[in-house]
Amino acid sequence: MLTPLLEISELYCERDERVLFDNLSFKVQQGEIIHLKGCNGSGKTSLLRIVCGLYQGYEGDVLYKGQPLASVREQFNGSLLYLGHNVSVKQGLTLTENLRWYAKIQPQLDEALIDFAIEQVGLKNYADVYCQNLSAGQKRRVNLARLYMHKNQQYQHSIWILDEPFTAIDVDGVASLESKILEYVKGGGTVILTTHQLLEIKEGVRCINLDD
Amino acid sequence: MLRIFWAELAKDLLLAFRRRGDLLNPLLFFAMVIALFPLGVSPAADFLTQLAPGVLWVCALLAALLSLDNLFKSDYEDGTLEQLLLSSESTYMVAIAKSLAHWLTTGLPLTLLAPLFAMMLFLPTDAIPVLVISLLLGTPTLSMIGAIAAALTVGLKKGGMLISLLVLPLYIPVLIFGASAVQASVQQLPVNAYFAILGAMLALSIVLAPFAISASLRISVSN
Repeated sequence: MLTPLLEISELYCERDERVLFDNLSFKVQQGEIIHLKGCNGSGKTSLLRIVCGLYQGYEGDVLYKGQPLASVREQFNGSLLYLGHNVSVKQGLTLTENLRWYAKIQPQLDEALIDFAIEQVGLKNYADVYCQNLSAGQKRRVNLARLYMHKNQQYQHSIWILDEPFTAIDVDGVASLESKILEYVKGGGTVILTTHQLLEIKEGVRCINLDD
Repeated sequence: MLRIFWAELAKDLLLAFRRRGDLLNPLLFFAMVIALFPLGVSPAADFLTQLAPGVLWVCALLAALLSLDNLFKSDYEDGTLEQLLLSSESTYMVAIAKSLAHWLTTGLPLTLLAPLFAMMLFLPTDAIPVLVISLLLGTPTLSMIGAIAAALTVGLKKGGMLISLLVLPLYIPVLIFGASAVQASVQQLPVNAYFAILGAMLALSIVLAPFAISASLRISVSN
């Protein structure tokens, strides 16, 4: 049997004296899309942050390719793209400067794909505009542009962790992002996401409801 | 490994250059205290010469402290700090880059302007090179130590006060040896030992502080 890409076992997490989840276990195989569901405050973001290694206040195990996450941190981070709640763009930099900075700190991103990514997220005319002058939705798109910069040859064994990626994105943007996710998964990538919107993608999607 | 260092350093310097007003704050503070000090205490040259080493060093220390609160704040608030911590590149280099950027935008300008302020306090010209060298060795240490406290308190709403409480005890040795070097120079005494100690503190902070900064950032982001 194949070693799962990610294995979450007996996870327990408590925040502000409230148990978010207890004895939570699931495995993520390469090429899967995991859709985390749950009402507001059910712990979806906390779970994503635990899986990324950003949140340490939990009990249980998170394994990447059968190894504890802490012991393969560098390898895991090299395969990870995380889009969190924050837009993660510097207001004082232009769109292009932001993406160039990302390409330098995240080697899985290809600097040569910056123009392509900007075009894909519909911000071609804003490439040299300071991000402080963009709308909330446009800033969100700057963050999403990173997905289009992921080196194709590195899709295998890589993971996208997307926290509410469709927030503040218009209908066309959502459709474009969904097709990108599909292309990524077909190329061997794995996605864990949260969204309150209905996903058009059905193939290869597994739902995990944290309210259960 | 150097890729992330240069990327982070370039980003911080570019952002600092685009917010020039923030860059001037520590310098203005430094200038105001030095200008007002003789008016408040005594304009007598002999008296000022005696106090100049300590006053200049205390001002440099407090001016550097002023800008520490913002060192990681904007990265924390906009989420780019999370992205830095999730990079497969070393966070050790990120810590060094951010501390260096802080020094280049506060400690270095203070050091370069220090001779001018030293003359305003009637510091003998022979002691001015010693003042500059002591600040060159001491202010980077202040940035490295300050970055640890800034990283620890970045997630707190009113972390500014806590930063001062955390770093002041650690700043005191730097202040003592920095000011003493200048004082020794005024009294025509050898200063090499002071430089050696300041250099040792700098070397130690460059090697050890980034580990503490990285760990502190992880703790802050985890909350």
